[in-house]
This record gives sequence, C-alpha cells and structure tokens, in this order.
Amino acid sequence: MNWVPIILIAIVVVIVLFVIGIYNGLVQRRLRIDEAFAQIEVQLKRRHDLIPNLVNAVKGYMQFEQQVLTDVTNARAAAVAAGAQGPAAQAAAENALTQTLRSLFAVVENYPDLKANQNVLELQEQLTTTENQISFSRQHYNATVLDYNTAIATVPNVFIAGPFGFSRREFFDAEPEAANVPSVDLSLR
Amino acid sequence: MAGSTFYDQIAANRRNSVLLALAVVALLAALGFAIGYGVSGEVAGGLGVTAIAVALGTLMAAGSYFAGDQLVLAVSGAKPVDETSAPQLMNVVREMAIAANVPMPKAYVIDDTAPNAFATGRDPKHASIAITTGLLDKLDREELQGVIGHELSHVRNFDIRFSLLVGVLVGSIALLADFFLRFTFWGGVGRRRDRDRDGGGGLQAIVLVLAFVLAIIAPIIARFVQLAVSRQREYLADASSVELTRNPYGLERALAKIATDQEVLEVANRATQHLYFTNPIKKFEERSSNLMSTHPAIVDRINRIRQLTGEQPLQASEVAALSGLE
Repeated sequence: MNWVPIILIAIVVVIVLFVIGIYNGLVQRRLRIDEAFAQIEVQLKRRHDLIPNLVNAVKGYMQFEQQVLTDVTNARAAAVAAGAQGPAAQAAAENALTQTLRSLFAVVENYPDLKANQNVLELQEQLTTTENQISFSRQHYNATVLDYNTAIATVPNVFIAGPFGFSRREFFDAEPEAANVPSVDLSLR
Repeated sequence: MAGSTFYDQIAANRRNSVLLALAVVALLAALGFAIGYGVSGEVAGGLGVTAIAVALGTLMAAGSYFAGDQLVLAVSGAKPVDETSAPQLMNVVREMAIAANVPMPKAYVIDDTAPNAFATGRDPKHASIAITTGLLDKLDREELQGVIGHELSHVRNFDIRFSLLVGVLVGSIALLADFFLRFTFWGGVGRRRDRDRDGGGGLQAIVLVLAFVLAIIAPIIARFVQLAVSRQREYLADASSVELTRNPYGLERALAKIATDQEVLEVANRATQHLYFTNPIKKFEERSSNLMSTHPAIVDRINRIRQLTGEQPLQASEVAALSGLE
C-alpha cells in the first residue's frame, strides 16, 4: 500500500483546519470591534439628543454668554456630521464637543439660579454619565482594536489576514489610554 | 505591557484561589477519612465518611450557589432601586459595568446611615450590588464610582463565587468537626473500640487521635485561609477599581471617609461581614490589620492604591484629613 498520498491528504486536511481556525478567530475579533463600536454609538447618539434640551434649559438664564451656547450647538452639529467619517475623525469631533460642554458647565457654575434648577441638574447628571460611558466604552473599543490589530500582524495569523482582506482598524482616540493602566503585584504573599 | 500584566495578575489570583479551594476540599476529605477510619477501624468506613463529608460540602455549596445572593440581600434588608428612585446610583453602576465589561447588575439600597456596600451573585450575569443610604448621602460622584468599581471588580473577578464556595467548605469542615467531637464525647467511639480491641487497634487508635487533632485544628486552619483570601481579594478589588475608573483619588477619599465614619452597620453580622466594602461590624480603632480580620486595615488599602500611583504612603493619623470630614 502506498502511504504517500494518504499522508499528503492528511497534511492538507490539517492545514485547511488550521487556516479555518485562524480565520474564524479573526472574524470573531473583528465582530467584537463592531459590537464595541455599536455600544459607543448608542451613547454618542444619546449625548447628541440631550444637548438641545440642555441648551434650551439654560438659554433663558445666560443672556451674556450666548457664544458658549453657540459653540456647543456648532460642535454638536459637527459631531453628528462626523458620524460617517470613520472612528478617528468622529473621535476628534466628539472630543471637541466634550471640551465645549466642559466650558458650558464651568459657566453654569457662575449662575446660582441655574445651579439650583432641577431640570439643569438632571441634564447635567445625564450628560456626565453619558460622557463617562462614552469614555469607558472607548477604552473597551480601543482594547478590542488593539487585540485585533495585534492578532492580524503576528505570525501565523499574518499569513491568513492578508489574503482574506483583514485590514487594520482605527482607534477611537488620538491618545492611547493603555499607558495609564496601573501595574501592581497582586500575587498572594 | 502594563495592561497584560494586570490581567496576568488577575489570572494568577484566580489560579491561587482554585488551589486554595482544592486545599480546603483536601482538608475536608482528610478530616472525613480520619474520622471514619478512626471510628470504624476500616478503610471502607473512612471512605464512607469522606464521601459523606464531600457530599455535604457540595450540597451546601450548591444551595448557597443558587440561592445565596437572595438570602444575603433579604438578611441585609436590601430594597431594589431603579432609574427613577436612584438615578445617579444607576448611572454610576451602568458606567462601571461598561468599564468592567460585565452585564448591568441589579442595584439595591439598604436603609442604614453607616456608609457601606456589597456585591453578591454567583456570576456576572446574576450579580447584585447593594449600597447603604449612608454611602449615597456621604460620598460624591467620584467616590461613589470608586466604591462601585471595587464592587464590580469583585463581580468581574468571580470573587463572590469563590468566597461563597470557600465559606461553605469552611462551614462544612466546622460542622463535621463539631459533629465528630460531640459524637465521641457521648461515647460512640468508646464502645466501638472495646469491641475491636483484639485486632488492628493500634493503628485505629493513632488515626482516632489524628482525627481529634484534625477536628480541632482543621476548622481553625480553614478559617485562617478563608480570611487571608478575603483580605487579598479586597486589595485586588481596590486595584481593579482604580484600573476601571482611572482615578485613584475617588476610591482613596471614599475609603478615608468610610474609615472616619463612626457608625456601625446594624444589618451586618459575622456571616455577612466579609461581603462588604469595608468591615462593617468594627469601629474605626478596631479596623486594624490582623490574622482574624476579613478586611485589611483601611490605611493599608489606601497605601496599596498609592503604590499603584507612586505616591507617598499615608500615616494612619492622616486618614481623617483625607476624608475632609474630621
């Protein structure tokens, strides 16, 4: 009996299974990125919806600082428009919006009436939590992107990623967050 | 890479936890065998009691695994809250759930002025977080984030499941040891020994003595192991909380505020104390680090966080100043 063809077939089968395994792993990682990004988008949408309410609520009180409100409104419009331009551009527009919102809240501090207004307080809390959720979701998104980008660039995945069109994904922020992760020895002592 | 080290450390901690759980099971089995063999003088008897001991432990573990969280919440008088009754709490819990990448847990409030919190539930899908009204009143948003981050770290790291299982095993070892000591006290062993005097009595007597010693020291050792693990888990949850919030100061201030607070949580007891954010049944002066404590001293916890950020350690006398209460 000739063993050579059987051995060759076995090798091919093993290689095919190996490729399928890697391919599925990469697809799963890519899906995780999309899922993480969908989570960010839900919160961005919520922030965009909350801002007009806040602007309306504070408009009457802040006659002398309309510029701050105009900035917020413009930044919001820019952020909504940037939604279709990919994660990096969107992140930049959203960061700009965050900055204008911060200056708006800083101005609100000068108006005792506003600070006591229940409606404004609620909107402020809603926007704070949405902003925090965005930043935590972004950490998660960036972690999944880092995981995926590392996976497609390392051996042996890199031989599969190229031919099957797995390309690098963009981070949702200019500055990498991972640098801030604290490191500590937690082993049982 | 810093990030992967952190996950490595969580993994190492989980591994150590499994080893400790196995050690407790082995202790339970050894105790069961020694009792069984010592009393009956036969290997089959030893194995029989071992099986009963392990089965008892497993049964108790299964019971608290599936119903323990509801029991703890009921015992602590925790009331469920939602978006309308506690909007900020729900917001903070949702934020930290996103950060920890776990499903949104159920939130409860305990009507008690002492500031404290705990998490329960067998896995992240069945997790609950309970906060006292005192904690909600006394902490600001950042501090609340730190505390919720700590509790959700317990959820994410499967600390609750682990301490639940270890607690059950420690309990069943104590139960078995008690049972044995009482049984021999009432003369059960004495009669057997008389009957078996003419064969293999020597070894049986040795094993019986061993069983006595084990019955006395095993519950103590098991309890020490449990407490050591509990304290280690608190440090880990603090570090994880800082990792999630990226803000060590909120947690530090929360710890300092709670440490300075003189009130004692009335709904907590010895059975539930290990669950809480800080030890609920001791006054500040007594919350020191020792072998019999479920939580490390608060000043040590603050200083472990400071190690993460590379800041100067704090003296015990400075804790009150950090809280801003004095």
